[in-house]
Amino acid sequence: MQIDFKYSALIIIISALATFFTRAFPFLLFGRKKPSKTVMYVGSYLPGAVIAILVVYCICGGGMDMHTLLPKVIAGVLVVVLHVRKRNNLLSIGLGTVVYMALVQLVFV
Amino acid sequence: MRKELKFAFLNTIPVMLGYLFMGMAFGLLFENAGYNFIWSFFTSVSVYAGSGQFLLVDMLQKHTGFMAALVLMLSVQCRHIFYGLTFIEDFKKMGKAYPYMIFSLTDETYSLLWGTKIPEGLNEKRTKFLIALLDHSYWIVGCTLGAVIGSLITFDVTGVDYAMTALFIVIFTEQWLTGKNHIPALIGAAAGMAFMVLLGGDKFLLPSLAVSVGGLLIEQKIEEKGEKDDAN
Repeated sequence: MQIDFKYSALIIIISALATFFTRAFPFLLFGRKKPSKTVMYVGSYLPGAVIAILVVYCICGGGMDMHTLLPKVIAGVLVVVLHVRKRNNLLSIGLGTVVYMALVQLVFV
Repeated sequence: MRKELKFAFLNTIPVMLGYLFMGMAFGLLFENAGYNFIWSFFTSVSVYAGSGQFLLVDMLQKHTGFMAALVLMLSVQCRHIFYGLTFIEDFKKMGKAYPYMIFSLTDETYSLLWGTKIPEGLNEKRTKFLIALLDHSYWIVGCTLGAVIGSLITFDVTGVDYAMTALFIVIFTEQWLTGKNHIPALIGAAAGMAFMVLLGGDKFLLPSLAVSVGGLLIEQKIEEKGEKDDAN
């Protein structure tokens, strides 16, 4: 396939700038002086909410039917249980991933 | 430097798994659209975004106009405007790395920078920079490699991207066990579930984040009032 060099390069540059702009936005808005107490409060507690949202996204984002959902939930429960007991990040993540791979490749095909 | 690198590497292994394979999926897709590994390399270096880069391929194939491309990209990346709030003061201490830390603030790096307790004895700034840089490198290697050898992978890697799901679950669990204030997690989970059911996976992120910020603002007002009442 023939590609349009100039057009493609420009679209990539636009994408890069747009992405960087969204990441820089709060710094442009609040970065100059010391941010207010309210901004600091929201900033410091927001990650708790963001992580919860990302978990929901990862588990449910690929589709809400049982066939897609079940292996993610089973592996997820395993990760939580393992982590509560052993508190070892790599162990929880590693075993959870292996179990998930086995489930989607062998059981929920 | 070596201690910091070792710590950063061990803590970014889950992201490495996710980024390498997700990056390779991108590289392969981009290659099939007619863009070789050089394009993949420069895109992953400069754009550095998962969903954003997949949208990019789609736009190039449809020959989307410049304005439309800008609006589409901004709307997909919009969630990022909230992430920086957490690091406004923190990144200022990063010196020369300040713009890079902002540039490289992906979902995963955001979660790691916040969820990783850097042990005493390690240089905190250097460790944080290395976490950000390693994540970016995994992505670049994945994207570039995917374009070159993506089609040669014959063993089944389906499900390996679950490493990143598991990473988020671990950070969530760890925070639940160590943190005192569970309200942010509950707000996020409730808003996330509600909008997931209402709007579906591709539209739920932004409203969930906006509602969470709103919820935290209310919580702060309540706390402030409580403190005032205590003082009286």
